[in-house]
Amino acid sequence: MTTTSTTPIRVLVAKPGLDGHDRGAKVIARGLRDAGMEVIYTGLRQTPEMIVNAAIQEDVQVIGLSILSGAHNAIVPRVMGLLKDHGADDILVVVGGTIPEQDIPSLKAAGVAAIFGPGTSLEETVTFIVQNAPRRDVV
Amino acid sequence: MVMPKATSTPSESAHQRFPSPAEQQWEQRVLDPALAKNPENPIGAASGVNLDDAGNARFTTISGTEVDRLYTEADLPREYVTDPDTFLGLPGQVPYTRGIHATSYRGKLWTMRQFSGYASAEETNARCKYLLAHGGSGLSIAYDLPTLMGYDSDDPQSEGEVGKCGVAIDSLEDMETLFDGIQLDSTTVSMTINSPASVLWAMYLVVAEKQGVDWNKISGTLQNDILKEYIAQKEYIYPPAPSMRLVVDTFEFGALQVPRFNPISISGYHIREAGSTALQELAFTIYDGVEYVEWAVRRGLRVDDFAPRLSFFFNSHNDFFEEIAKFRAARKIWYRLMTERFGAKAERSHKLRFHTQTAGVSLTAQQPRNNIARVALQALAAVLGGTQSLHTDGFDEALALPTEEAARIALRTQQILAFESGVAQTADPLGGSYFVERLTLDMENGAFDYFRKLDAMGGMVKAIEIGYPQKEIAEASYQYQRAVESGEKIIVGVNDFVVEEQQQAILYIGDEIRLQQTEKLKRLRARRSNEEVQRRLAELRRVAALDPDKEPVVPGQLSSANTMPAILDCVRAYCTVGEICEALRDVYGSYTEASWT
Repeated sequence: MTTTSTTPIRVLVAKPGLDGHDRGAKVIARGLRDAGMEVIYTGLRQTPEMIVNAAIQEDVQVIGLSILSGAHNAIVPRVMGLLKDHGADDILVVVGGTIPEQDIPSLKAAGVAAIFGPGTSLEETVTFIVQNAPRRDVV
Repeated sequence: MVMPKATSTPSESAHQRFPSPAEQQWEQRVLDPALAKNPENPIGAASGVNLDDAGNARFTTISGTEVDRLYTEADLPREYVTDPDTFLGLPGQVPYTRGIHATSYRGKLWTMRQFSGYASAEETNARCKYLLAHGGSGLSIAYDLPTLMGYDSDDPQSEGEVGKCGVAIDSLEDMETLFDGIQLDSTTVSMTINSPASVLWAMYLVVAEKQGVDWNKISGTLQNDILKEYIAQKEYIYPPAPSMRLVVDTFEFGALQVPRFNPISISGYHIREAGSTALQELAFTIYDGVEYVEWAVRRGLRVDDFAPRLSFFFNSHNDFFEEIAKFRAARKIWYRLMTERFGAKAERSHKLRFHTQTAGVSLTAQQPRNNIARVALQALAAVLGGTQSLHTDGFDEALALPTEEAARIALRTQQILAFESGVAQTADPLGGSYFVERLTLDMENGAFDYFRKLDAMGGMVKAIEIGYPQKEIAEASYQYQRAVESGEKIIVGVNDFVVEEQQQAILYIGDEIRLQQTEKLKRLRARRSNEEVQRRLAELRRVAALDPDKEPVVPGQLSSANTMPAILDCVRAYCTVGEICEALRDVYGSYTEASWT
C-alpha cells in the first residue's frame, strides 16, 4: 500500500432530490477544494443512480450528499444500496443538511459515516474527511 | 401634486467628506485623545475583513460594506441638507424613500402574514385557521417540492418529498380542502408558487368561483417570480423564454379579470438566502422587475395597466441599519425606474409595495431560542423600513418546519412590535438620520451600478444564461463563510458562546402523506371524466404552442394566445398539477442549468 499525503482526496458533492437550495453544497464544494481536495459537483436533482454512477466513473473516495428537504430517508438508503451493488461501498459517504435527530441512527446504520448539521464549520468537515477517507493506491 | 425639480440622486463622483469646522475641532479635541487612550477594537477576530491596511480596526456590515465611526451632515450630498423636501421627500410623496403612505402605519398596520404549509391540505387548513384565530391578518401558503416542480405526489420523482417542505396539492380537490371554511372574499392569500404558478392560481380562482365569490373582489399575491428561481432557488421547470411568457400571461389575465390580485411578488428573499449581500439582493431583485416589465411591454401590454399590481418581497437579515437602508432605497429606485425608464404615468405604478420575511438563513440550529431575538430585530428593521406585510420565522426553523408553539411566538413577536413597542406610531422614524440616509444613498448608487452591468449583458435572462448573478452570489456566500470560519464574523452560539445541548422537539413529517395523496389520486382518476381531461390538456398544448407576439393585440381583450383560460378549464376538469405541467413540458421542454461552483 502506497499512500502519499500529496495525492488529493477526490470528492463528489451531490445534490439529490427535488430541492434546489444549493448554497451549502456550493460552499462545501469550494471549501473542500480550497483544502486541497479534488471536487466534482454534480449540480441539482441527481437521482441515486446518477450519483453512484458519477462516483464510480470519477473514482472518488468520498461522496457528500446535501439534503435539506426531508427526503433523506428515501434517498440515502438507496445510494448506500447501489454502492454496495456496485462493490463501491468502500466510498466514504457523509451527509450535510437538516436531518432530524431521530433519523440519524437509521442513516448511520445504513452506512453513512457522518452527518453534518446546520452551523458545522468547514474545518470540522475537512478534518473528518481527511481522517476517514479511504486511501487509494497511487498508480 | 407639486413635482420636485429633480428626482434623481444628486450625482456624486465619490463619497467625499467635507467636515464642518465644528467636526474638525471635535476630531482634534475629543476624538484623537480618545483614540490615543483607547484604540478601537474590531468586533470579532482581529484579522482579515476586520483590519484596514494600517492594521486598525475596521467595521463592516454583514455584507462586508465598511461602516464609518460617525456620520454627520458632511456625509450627505449638499442638496439633501439644503433641500431635503425634494431629494428625500415626505411620506406618500415622490421619490417615496420615506414610505408610500402619508400616514404610514397610523392608517393601517402591516399585514401579519405567516407563511405556512405542511403535510396534507387538511393539516394546513387547520394551521391556517389557527393563525387567523390568533390574530394573523392574512394567509401565505407554502407548497411542497413536488408541487413546486410540477409533479404529482405519486410520481417517482416525488418519493420522500411529499408534504415535507409545504403542503401537497395534486388537484382542485386538494385546493378545495385547503380553503375549506376560509372565505376568499375576506381573506387575502399569498401563494409561494413559481413555475406552476398559473396552475395553482387557476385552482384558487376556481375555488373562489365555487364559493360564489366574484373575481373582482378577491385579492392576494402569487409569487410567480421565475427569474429568481434561475438565479437562486432553482425551482424551475421550463426554459427562461416560455417561463417568461407564462408570467406575462398572468399579468395580462390579472389586469383584465382579477384586478385586485398581485400576479407576481418579485423576490429578493431567496437571492439573499442563497448567500448574496444586501446590495445584490436589492439590485438583482429590482432588475428582475425591470426584465418583467420589458417582456410585458414587448407583448403589447401598457405599463400602467399592469405595473400597479407588481409587488416585491425582501429578506430582513441581521444587519439592522443596512436592511432599513435597503428597504428605503428600494422604493426610490423603483420610482426612478418606472418614471425615467418606463415612463409610467399612474401613481400606483410608481409605488413599490413589498412583503418581508425574516432571514431563515440567519437562524441557528444551536441554542434555537436565541432565534427569537434575531427574528425580533429583523422584524423591527422591516417595520422601520416600511414593509406592507411581514412573516416572522419560527425559532426552530433551522431544524424543521415550525411547531405550533414556534409559529405562535413568531406571530406574537409581530404583535409586540405593533401594539407595545410604539415603533408604528410615526412615519419613517429613521428618516434624516445621517447614517441611514448615507446607507440608503449607497444602496441606490450601488444598485444602479449593477443595473448598468446587467443592461450591458443584454438583460437579466441573458445574465442568468451566462451565470453572472449566480456567480456573484456564490462568491459573496463563500466570503461570508470564510469570515465566519475565521471568527471575523460572530454567530452567537455557533462560533462563539457555544454550549453543549440536546436537540429539542421538532415538527416531524413522516412519509405517510405520499401514500394518502396516492390514494386520493387513484380515487380521483377513477371518478373524473378522463376523456374530458385529455381534451382539456390537448387544448392547453395547442394554446401554449401559439406565439403570443404573432397573435393580434386588442386593447382590453385577452390575447388568444393567453394560456390562463385553457389552464382554468383543465383545473375545472380536475386535471392534476402533474398532468398540466407535463402538457406544458411537452411544448416547452425542461431546463437544466450548467453548474457553477
